[in-house]
Amino acid sequence: MKKRTWLAMILAAMLILAVGCGQGNDQAANESGFKVGMVTDTGGLNDESFNQTTWDGLERAKDELGADIKALESKQDSDYVPNLTKFAREGRNLTWAVGFKHEKAVPEVAQQFPDVQFGIVDSNLGGNIPANVTAVTFKEEEGSFLVGAAAGLTTKTNKVGFIGGINSELIEKFEAGFIAGVKAVNPKAEVISAYAGSFSDVTKGRTLSAGMYNQGADIIYHAAGGVGKGLFDEVKTREAGKFWAIGVDMDQSRLAPEHTLTSMVKKVDVAVFDITKSLKDKDLKSGEHHVFGLQDDAVGLAENTKNINPDVLTKVNEYKEKIISGDIVVPTKVADVK
Amino acid sequence: MQSLLARLNKYSGATTAIISILLGMVVGAIMMLAAGYNPVAAYNALFVSALFQPYDLGETIRTITPLILTGLAVAIAFRTGLFNIGVEGQFIVGQLVAFIVATQLGLPPVIQVIVAVIMGGLAGALWGLVPGFLKASRGVHEVIVSIMMNFIALYLSNYLIRTWLAKGADSTPKIADSPPLKVDVLSQIFGGSRIHLGIFIALLGVFVMYYLLYRTKLGYELRAVGYNPRASEYAGMSVKRNIILSMMISGSFAGLAGASEVLGTSGYLSIEAAFTGIGFDGIAVALLGGNTPLGVIFAASLFGVLNYGGGNMQFEADVPFEVIRVVVAAIILFVAANISTKIVGRFRKQKGVKKHG
Repeated sequence: MKKRTWLAMILAAMLILAVGCGQGNDQAANESGFKVGMVTDTGGLNDESFNQTTWDGLERAKDELGADIKALESKQDSDYVPNLTKFAREGRNLTWAVGFKHEKAVPEVAQQFPDVQFGIVDSNLGGNIPANVTAVTFKEEEGSFLVGAAAGLTTKTNKVGFIGGINSELIEKFEAGFIAGVKAVNPKAEVISAYAGSFSDVTKGRTLSAGMYNQGADIIYHAAGGVGKGLFDEVKTREAGKFWAIGVDMDQSRLAPEHTLTSMVKKVDVAVFDITKSLKDKDLKSGEHHVFGLQDDAVGLAENTKNINPDVLTKVNEYKEKIISGDIVVPTKVADVK
Repeated sequence: MQSLLARLNKYSGATTAIISILLGMVVGAIMMLAAGYNPVAAYNALFVSALFQPYDLGETIRTITPLILTGLAVAIAFRTGLFNIGVEGQFIVGQLVAFIVATQLGLPPVIQVIVAVIMGGLAGALWGLVPGFLKASRGVHEVIVSIMMNFIALYLSNYLIRTWLAKGADSTPKIADSPPLKVDVLSQIFGGSRIHLGIFIALLGVFVMYYLLYRTKLGYELRAVGYNPRASEYAGMSVKRNIILSMMISGSFAGLAGASEVLGTSGYLSIEAAFTGIGFDGIAVALLGGNTPLGVIFAASLFGVLNYGGGNMQFEADVPFEVIRVVVAAIILFVAANISTKIVGRFRKQKGVKKHG
């Protein structure tokens, strides 16, 4: 008897589900407007880095262009292909793949859906860009040069530090720009560099930065994602106005308001919005590699400059003009820094 | 049909599993209602989209493939009374070795894939041997050792990728234009999805496990040691040998899962900051599947549908993916609760070995 009751309950539950399935929802086909999708890498939407700033750019596209926007978060590397495919099948006008981790998935899906446009942030796909893909990268070295100049002018000990995430060409651009900036304004200053071998190990970030401060560095710049949190944890324990940290990607001053000299912001939102807008206005030539730098106002110092000495800021802005005019070409490799 | 159900009941308590699944989904539905989502639309998006389009069905099967193998890995160790929590690490070394064989040895195409799969399985077996041997010879608990082996595998893999396989980049080049286990005919049937031959490796694994457990002397010994090591020892079986063998077989299933993933789905390796989770999902699969070969297929299918369909649910019904994690956790909780009452019941009734023959 008891078994039968269970059976009846299970059947009833299935029936409810089946009825529910029958109704379906046809909301998807409401307006035939301009639709943009976005697939995050495994960092997720609130990563305080390119995923978050890409989404900011899409929200601007929603406000100013009336675009219908949607994001899918990837939980594993194997999610990139199906997530991109979902947007492509749905007929999105443009789908953004955020982060260089997508560089193998994007060409694969783009080939399968030649009529759909894709964008990739932070990778040029090794130069082989399919006709329906737009690759976006940034001149991180230019922004890093400016924060390097700020650090070189601010340091009292003539020693500054750099902490990188995983050693790669991308992160080397930050390091090379930073060193070049420091040396340009203060040839006597020494830059100590270290790589954490991770983008998430907070403890490692703290150990490395403690070591650098103890060696006499008074300013440390990081390009190491979550590792950087350890830097801010460490600098907070030290005397304000004497020890500084420099943030990356977004304005990170809220992590240590009294200790953050500045941040090297990378305005992915500006780039993403620009490309999205030109696609909507039908003057995007896809299959190309777009590089955003200082002259597009896509990299640079954070707007909040309260901790920087005004004289230093004036000097930094002079260098900014020189880079934009082409008088200074910032190296992307550490070996090329003079 | 009737006899099939009866068999299922005999081995794994399929009713327990089904009731747990339904209860888990009810918990998920309550959560969604509380958060202001429509559970009917969400479950509709989850199941319909995961199963009714060829592309999605293919991707669902691809998601299921490694879960079957890692589920088997956990299940066979459980049968011998061992908790192999190192499936994740065995998965990683399987992946690593299969990739190295496929890219560095320069063997002819078909042989290369076969050798890569086999070597992947052997690498997993080797990774399982360490905790098995330490347990058998020194009495070190296998949970501790296998967890540590997970970290060794992860960082060893990252190190080799960074210094050798990828030459400083974040990920290695692809093995070939298309992953070696991927067959065009098969993906075209499933709308161009990434389904690959790994599913046949997984199903073969299920058969091997079934045959091994129920049709061989070794399988009988493995199960006997699981039920009662002392009695088995008294009956003349070598408990140590069975523990080591069980961990090695378990590890080889996990290694095969890794090999089939890298040779079938991704085709490259990348530096990972954290574990993939496929190995840990195997624990849930084995638990829900009652540690039986057939049960593992069903449980892996369910988790595969939930994992892949969960993404669609986010896409079509705007319900966050985390809800699916809650559903999975609730299912496991209900299964585990049931199992614990069963174990208590067994102790009370002193039923012993006979029932499970």
